[in-house]
Amino acid sequence: MATPFTRSALDHELQNIRDDVLRLGSLVEEQTERAVRALKDRNLDLARQVVAVDERVNQLRYKIEEQCLTTIARQQPAAADLRLIVASMHMAVEMERMADHAAGIGSVVIRMGHEPLLKPLIDIPRMQIICCEMLHQAMEAYIKGDVPLARAVVKRDEEVDQLYNQVLRELITYMIGDPRTTTRATYLLWVAHNLERTADRVTNLCERIQFAVTGELGDLAPEEDEN
Amino acid sequence: MTDTVPPANVPAREAAPPVSAGALTAKMHVDNLSVFYGSFRAVAEVTLPIYDRRITAIIGPSGCGKSTLLRSLNRMNELVPSARIEGHIALDGNDIYAPGVDPVLVRRRVGMVFQKPNPFPKSIHENIAYGIRLYNGHMSRSELDDRVVHSLKRAALWDEVKDKLKQSAYALSGGQQQRLCIARTIAAEPEVVLMDEPCSALDPVATLKIEELMQELKQDYTIVIVTHNMQQAARVSDYTVMMMMRPDRAGEMIEFDETQVIFTKPRDKRTEDYVSGRFG
Repeated sequence: MATPFTRSALDHELQNIRDDVLRLGSLVEEQTERAVRALKDRNLDLARQVVAVDERVNQLRYKIEEQCLTTIARQQPAAADLRLIVASMHMAVEMERMADHAAGIGSVVIRMGHEPLLKPLIDIPRMQIICCEMLHQAMEAYIKGDVPLARAVVKRDEEVDQLYNQVLRELITYMIGDPRTTTRATYLLWVAHNLERTADRVTNLCERIQFAVTGELGDLAPEEDEN
Repeated sequence: MTDTVPPANVPAREAAPPVSAGALTAKMHVDNLSVFYGSFRAVAEVTLPIYDRRITAIIGPSGCGKSTLLRSLNRMNELVPSARIEGHIALDGNDIYAPGVDPVLVRRRVGMVFQKPNPFPKSIHENIAYGIRLYNGHMSRSELDDRVVHSLKRAALWDEVKDKLKQSAYALSGGQQQRLCIARTIAAEPEVVLMDEPCSALDPVATLKIEELMQELKQDYTIVIVTHNMQQAARVSDYTVMMMMRPDRAGEMIEFDETQVIFTKPRDKRTEDYVSGRFG
């Protein structure tokens, strides 16, 4: 009878890829948190740091892509191993874009300078917290291969969408009421839009996690999680 | 059991359906096949369609019955005295093991290429001409020559040997010898070509030439290949049969599907372990 055995070189390379995907996830989470904190605290130095660190994120993304290509070429993985690698490549690209959204928020903060905020920040920090929680849980689902968790994360995108719509309505009201607020309102709208896109991209991550685990490509329908 | 399927009476070949056709027809059908050597069961209860003008790969660890299954498809297993089968194998719907069916005619319709190139100790021309004469009796010299040239062209060997047809086949490289054996097989105008690890004795370049040739040949022939090289199965085949050895050492089919599915999202955990190199 044939007996199971491990492929230590392949396993080692897969582990390196997983570790770097997690590292990238954690960096993106930190960037998103720091970008919104820079806005809340009107901390231009922090905002500049967020913009600068984006280059590190880009480098890590390229490193992951290279690792994936090398592993495919050298180890010729198949089935679940191959799916994990392909999913990880997509996820690295997706997370690099999420970091671009954080850097975008940093740039807005720099443009705002020390101009006073149009309104107190309530919904935007909430959006950031949910985005970071979603990303954190998506990373957990990735490591555990947990599709139900990935599905639960996708469901939370609705919360972020609702908050975004709320921010949008409120800012439009300001702009209609006093057109002189348009510039300051637009700044906040950009920030909220970046966060809304970040949450959308987390749902893309979750779809890739589903693919890695099951081989199914496509939308993750949150309603399947009802029972 | 064999009376449920009518015997094969060597029907004429039908017109080739387009290779890209959505509808698949089974050229052969293996139905609940078990193969025994004496009291030892080497293959157990395999049921499987072999689709027309497609390449089907049989993969699995050593000793799982891949070659036994392949050889039963043209009754080559009968050359082992204690061998017998249960179940049916149909070619175009007719049982090839039915009483009265001539195994030589079955082997003409279902040809075979072996692991090691095995040309005859004759000239390149004679190697091909021999098989043609064997099955067709007398034919004119020019007709015979035409058939030899056609077979060599079909096996993508013509350009390399056209100036040395009278030379010994042994002067050819290993890869050329294997293509000569393929040319010899298709010279008999089979409908199905069985290949038992046809590239295991060849270098990577010769291997790729055989693989390209297989893609050409599947326009006209149904091909079944046994290979230990999983990347080769992934590269060349349309369908893959995954076999494993049961605890009683009989080989069983554990999964059959499109090759793309077998190598990206197999259903059986054992297939998953095997194609990802975690089971040997």
